Amino acid sequence: MAKSFVQEFTKGLWAEIPPFRLVLGLCPTLALTKSLENGIGMGVAFTFVLILSNILISMLRNVIPKQVRLSCYIIVIATFVTIVELLMQAYAFPLYQKLGIFIPLIVVNCIVLGRAEAFAAKNRVMLSIADALGMGIGYTLALGALAAFREIFGAGTLTFPFINYSIHNVLGASYKPFVFLVEAPGAFVCLGLMLCVMNMLGRK
Amino acid sequence: MGDYFLLAISCIFVNNILLAQYLGNCPFLGVSKKMETATGMAMAVIFVLVLAGSITWAISHFILKPFDLEYLQTLSFILVIASLVSFVELFLKKSIPALYSGLGIFLPLITTNCAVMGVCLINIKEDYSFLQTLVSSFTYPAGFGLALVLYAGLRERILLARVPKPLQDTAIGLVGAGMMSLAFMAFKGMA
Repeated sequence: MAKSFVQEFTKGLWAEIPPFRLVLGLCPTLALTKSLENGIGMGVAFTFVLILSNILISMLRNVIPKQVRLSCYIIVIATFVTIVELLMQAYAFPLYQKLGIFIPLIVVNCIVLGRAEAFAAKNRVMLSIADALGMGIGYTLALGALAAFREIFGAGTLTFPFINYSIHNVLGASYKPFVFLVEAPGAFVCLGLMLCVMNMLGRK
Repeated sequence: MGDYFLLAISCIFVNNILLAQYLGNCPFLGVSKKMETATGMAMAVIFVLVLAGSITWAISHFILKPFDLEYLQTLSFILVIASLVSFVELFLKKSIPALYSGLGIFLPLITTNCAVMGVCLINIKEDYSFLQTLVSSFTYPAGFGLALVLYAGLRERILLARVPKPLQDTAIGLVGAGMMSLAFMAFKGMA
């Protein structure tokens, strides 16, 4: 399976984009897309963990015995999640408070474990980096798109990540926000409709 | 006593772990196609969570906090949950083989169930006492099971309807879950 770096990278951006094509990692997708800031912040943290864990697991792939491989992957991933958690507490505290318990929950995010099991355990380090980058950026884009949609139409604002800036009244001051979209049911329905759109685009 | 009852109501209905706190979606969409697997999964999650919730509470209060090791929380919790799930698997294999074969691959999947890890973390974040932890560790998965069983019924009905092709399978499932979540929002007026 001699695929190139670019091929592995781009597949995570469209053909196998989580969470739309690869129906995994739905919990943060539903919970953290109330605002663009949360969505992209989570995407970046997730990408960090995915890249680092893919690298380490790919380096150790010939050393980890088959019977205990899942526990080993979980330990590796949990370590990197703890590192990212502490880094965020130190350098990005407001974002850390907003993301709450979803940062430790990256450990049980099906995507991270799934890529470790399905890809990093069987491929060289460079390809694993490509895969992780592609999936991570794809996930961040997906979260960003969903979050932007929900926030603009559901709350009328747009908060940008990492820079202290947000636009209020994106659609004009007289726009009455469609609050359903930022509430729990709106999350499910929006994701379902986005999946539908992806399916329609995929068939063409 | 009234406090615990309120906590139970809150965990099952108002702050339903699945429909209001978005945790536990992967098995929700994967297991809920048939009633039998849904009920089996719900039972397994309740069993694992009651044990996991109490053990992780104990670890957090007696080992992590006194020795200033709170950064090990994520790592220790996930290890406890993973080992508990393996233990439950072995236990079920020996004692109730029918349930074990019925659950199939979904039992190891409880390890990556956000709801299990999520409830353990919520117990610590909300600073529950041991009794409150027990109550929440039992009622959160009970709420999860309730949502799961209701949703399985919904999905069995959807199978008989004519759904347009792009919406089939997961997409219409998510829209259905959204409608359920909307219904559960009505409980916010309760507590």
